[in-house]
Amino acid sequence: MNSIEVNNLTKSFGKFTAVNDISFTIEKGQVFGFLGANGAGKTTTIRMLCGILTPTSGSASVGGFDITKESNKVKNIIGYMSQRFSLYNDLTVEENINFFGGVYGLEGTTFVERKKWVLSIANLEGKQNIITKSLPGGIKQRLALGTAVIHKPDIVFLDEPTSGVDPISRRSFWDLINSLASEGTTVLVTTHYLEEAEYCNNIILIDAGKLIAEGNPEKLKTDYIKHNILEIECEKPVEAMELLKNQDFVIDTSIFGNNIHVSVQSKTTTEKQIVEFLEKQNSIKVTAVDEITPTLEDVFIHLLETNKKKIA
Amino acid sequence: MLRRISAIVKKEVRQLKRDIRLLFVMFFFPVFLLMIFGYAINFDVKHIKLAILDNDKSIMSRDFINSLLNSEYFDLVNYIEGYSEVDSYLDEKIAHCVVVIPNDFSKKIYSGQVVQIQYLIDGVDANTAAIIRNYVTLATLLYNKNILSMMLTGQGIYVSTPVSLEPQFWFNPDLNTTKFLIPGLIAVILIVTAVITVALSFVREKERGTMEQLNVSSLSSIELILGKTFPFVIIALINAGFILLAGYILFGVEVKGSLILLFITTLVFISASTSIGIFVSVIADSQQFAFSLATFLSLLPSVILSGFIFPIDSMPIIIQIITNVTPAKFFIEILRAIVLRGVGLTAFWEEVIYLIIYTIILMSLSTLINKKRAQI
Repeated sequence: MNSIEVNNLTKSFGKFTAVNDISFTIEKGQVFGFLGANGAGKTTTIRMLCGILTPTSGSASVGGFDITKESNKVKNIIGYMSQRFSLYNDLTVEENINFFGGVYGLEGTTFVERKKWVLSIANLEGKQNIITKSLPGGIKQRLALGTAVIHKPDIVFLDEPTSGVDPISRRSFWDLINSLASEGTTVLVTTHYLEEAEYCNNIILIDAGKLIAEGNPEKLKTDYIKHNILEIECEKPVEAMELLKNQDFVIDTSIFGNNIHVSVQSKTTTEKQIVEFLEKQNSIKVTAVDEITPTLEDVFIHLLETNKKKIA
Repeated sequence: MLRRISAIVKKEVRQLKRDIRLLFVMFFFPVFLLMIFGYAINFDVKHIKLAILDNDKSIMSRDFINSLLNSEYFDLVNYIEGYSEVDSYLDEKIAHCVVVIPNDFSKKIYSGQVVQIQYLIDGVDANTAAIIRNYVTLATLLYNKNILSMMLTGQGIYVSTPVSLEPQFWFNPDLNTTKFLIPGLIAVILIVTAVITVALSFVREKERGTMEQLNVSSLSSIELILGKTFPFVIIALINAGFILLAGYILFGVEVKGSLILLFITTLVFISASTSIGIFVSVIADSQQFAFSLATFLSLLPSVILSGFIFPIDSMPIIIQIITNVTPAKFFIEILRAIVLRGVGLTAFWEEVIYLIIYTIILMSLSTLINKKRAQI
């Protein structure tokens, strides 16, 4: 069963098209990654799916409800958390939970139970009287998620939930997301941390409002990258990359830390060619050349580059 | 629905309790305005500084001077010695008014001729100058009457004044401007505090991103508005009661009419003010802008255009039409009717209906703008 179905969804603001003819489906209980650069149209799409923005054309259903005609029903079954962790900083932890519980009309034992649950996932048991402002980012993030799903929604939208949070908190936050999904909640999460995309069951990538790739992480790596990727460790990596970019045997280049990733057609011939090219012709010393399995980052950089060329 | 509204009310009250600054504004502002308007604004002209150049220095001239000084309206500054000093008294504002009595004052009166007395009045403040002129004219008339009857009595003729005026001022017998101002003051204070607090309360949620969270929730806008404004309406009502009490204790203004009617009409007015606050919050995205806009939209019209100080009837027609932008205009009419005149609903039902229509129009406008802006 599909939790979310999006058909040719488009949103324009005047002449600017923020979301351009996007279609995808999300199955129940999936963690669905929504990737793209800032301004690619991720937030606009989420806002449409939450029923606060009306699409210019196209349609979508969330939990079986039409987002334009039944936006009130949609709002009852979704949870939403933005990158701003929308909690009231001047209220205590418990007051925040009470407020959101009240907003969703929770009462009696259900409410007591859910409050306990939120406190436990945020590791705030016994600390409910702390003013929210003084909580560390990672804890605030978990509390924000807890209050966003206090009413046990079928579907949760997380708009860059991990921005501005340290790596360890991010890791444990993803464990929390996965445990929500394992209980049957559908999670749509946007991020621009590409390593986080690996935790998703399915991913779509959008660029300038258009969908440019979709599938599970493994499929993306094999489907979109037909060539080999070499990791080169050398002196002056930036300079070396610029030089390599214009060579015939090179398809694509990018910098990863101090290394260069180079996409090439065939492995054996070009490995030598590169070393020769850099050391002999440009006297840049090469320490190592290894073939690597592509990361999602390689895939996306490749896709974004090709898309850019296509537009140009 | 009640569960949700009460959750919002509780949240607002808790936030308010921790927001010392806003609390201060809400409770200090009314006291401050009450003091300023109650004590500083006073249109009663008393204790006019008077200087006298008495060239006659006779018993008659002294009598005349005493007739002026016997009232509380004039305070003698000094007797001026020569005509050359008169200019400097007015220039340096030592006196507001200089009376010049000619040297043949008593002689002319005894011989039955007309005496001309010169009054030099500082005309910079036209309002005060006009009042001074009225006072001296009255004082002179009274003096004339006494002289006449005295002279006629000396000739054995007794006269009585043919027409005697006895004006009685209803509703404000002492013609005390403070009494007139208190109802207006209640309106101004209520509208200013209601508009600012409501606007800030909504815009703060926008600024901090929590509004988005509420928009995505299943909360309806009616629930949100009722929940968020309820605490401020209660505070506004408390403030209104407080100003009435202060008006009674400090300025002796009593409520002559029905308290229930007063309560209901105040509630209607607060709704109208709240709708302005919501209108501001729909337009403004930052608390700073919201505060400026709220102050501008509430304070200025309610002080200048509401008839609080300046009578609307004496404004040009175009301005009179513009005065309808402030609900304070209508509430002041209602308040003066209830508090000062003690009359019932028949005297001001039109104003009540106008306030209700005003609220509906502004709320619909806000909803419309909000819907438009939400799509951006």
